[in-house]
Amino acid sequence: MTEKRKLRILVAKPGLDGHDRGAKVVARSLRDAGMEVIYTGLHQTPEMIVSSAIQEDVDAVGLSIMSGAHMTLMPAVVKGLKEKGAEDIMVFGGGIIPDDDIPLLKEKGIDGIFTPGTSTEKIVEWIQQNVSPR
Amino acid sequence: MDEAFIEKLLNRDVRAVARLLRWIDDGMEDARQTLKRLYRHTGKATVIGITGNPGAGKSTLTDQLIKRFRKRGLTVAVVAIDPSSPFSGGAILGDRIRMQDHSLDDGVFIRSFATRGHLGGLTNTTTDVVHALDAAGWDIILVETVGVGQDEVEVQRLAHTTLVVMTPGMGDEIQAIKAGILEIADVFVVNKSDRDGADRTVRELEQMLDLGRGAKPTLGEILHHGGKVDLSEQAEDKRIAPDKWVPRIIKTVALRGEGMDDLEKAMDEHMEEYKKACEDSSFVEARLKQEFVEIYRRTLLNRGWSYLMSEDHIKGIIKKMKDHSSDPYTLAEQAIEALGSKG
Repeated sequence: MTEKRKLRILVAKPGLDGHDRGAKVVARSLRDAGMEVIYTGLHQTPEMIVSSAIQEDVDAVGLSIMSGAHMTLMPAVVKGLKEKGAEDIMVFGGGIIPDDDIPLLKEKGIDGIFTPGTSTEKIVEWIQQNVSPR
Repeated sequence: MDEAFIEKLLNRDVRAVARLLRWIDDGMEDARQTLKRLYRHTGKATVIGITGNPGAGKSTLTDQLIKRFRKRGLTVAVVAIDPSSPFSGGAILGDRIRMQDHSLDDGVFIRSFATRGHLGGLTNTTTDVVHALDAAGWDIILVETVGVGQDEVEVQRLAHTTLVVMTPGMGDEIQAIKAGILEIADVFVVNKSDRDGADRTVRELEQMLDLGRGAKPTLGEILHHGGKVDLSEQAEDKRIAPDKWVPRIIKTVALRGEGMDDLEKAMDEHMEEYKKACEDSSFVEARLKQEFVEIYRRTLLNRGWSYLMSEDHIKGIIKKMKDHSSDPYTLAEQAIEALGSKG
């Protein structure tokens, strides 16, 4: 067989806010960088995201949260993946996240945090440097 | 091969199956070795193909079908295929959005695939994916094709029952639809039938079917092709379906679940007819032949390709073409012979 490995990334929007523009822009940039992006739509619970990530065998999960609930939702996804034995799936996130929260989130296993104003190139670059097909 | 991994696969372990599907998708050797072990466990699942134009409502219909099968206590795996970008090679796979109600149900497994350049509505390895899911023990496998609408005839080779989903208001476009897509349908679903023109679409379909009747080659004609094993691409795509079946036309509004009883009934009836057709061993053999030819071609191509790429064989070939010391026809023959002697 001829190997053709591609990065697979789940882009998800946990929580109650309906602002999915950012998530869609990121999804497009990742596609344009040659990645396969699974987009699951709005209002996902952490359990749903974990289940999708495992079924889709993704390399990383990107979470977009605008509602301010990142301190609960992001670690919940990391925890859920760990419980299912899928801690090798990386988690990154973006949204309106105060600077003070960033070290705490990193401590809880969110590997990359992108705040408003981050260019999509930077996100793509971060993934290419930190994530590889499992 | 890791016995524990095989054991997990056969027991429908989601992580293991998800992993194997990734190996398959990425063309890894481990996938092939695993599939060799799994093949004898296949043949139990019912495979349903869902094809049709973009926006016809394939994913919403799939969602409804999942509900129906779950009510009957059957487990369901969905293979949802979306196109890869021909420019970047990337893809956005969004079919799950319409199936989120099932994301916490252990009896439902949904996997998105990108075509990665493959034409025909499926991916290069959908056959393998279906084998894996079948062996793992899912009762129903729903294969939702890309949805470009013209040449997605491949799915009928894989599926026991093929649904072609359309919407009203296509008007004369139905006439323009290539014969292929009409011929592959076991059941036509006229979705969004609360819109104007649904009855007209149904009538037009009926007319098309009437015109087409009789032109369909019988199984005997397909099989006996001069007693030769036909390895051409056409042979691979030829439709092998129950002779007696007359395609049904069902109106639905999938978003609201309307018409689903009728659809379920039509699908059941077709499956019965399919099982009857399987009593004829030549029918089963013809389907197996198609399956083999597809895998054979892929294996040949892969082996040929890895030979060309190994030890820079391709460079030597190009050099000989460049200085005209040989010709591409001879070189191609030589490369294939070298392949054979390598065992």
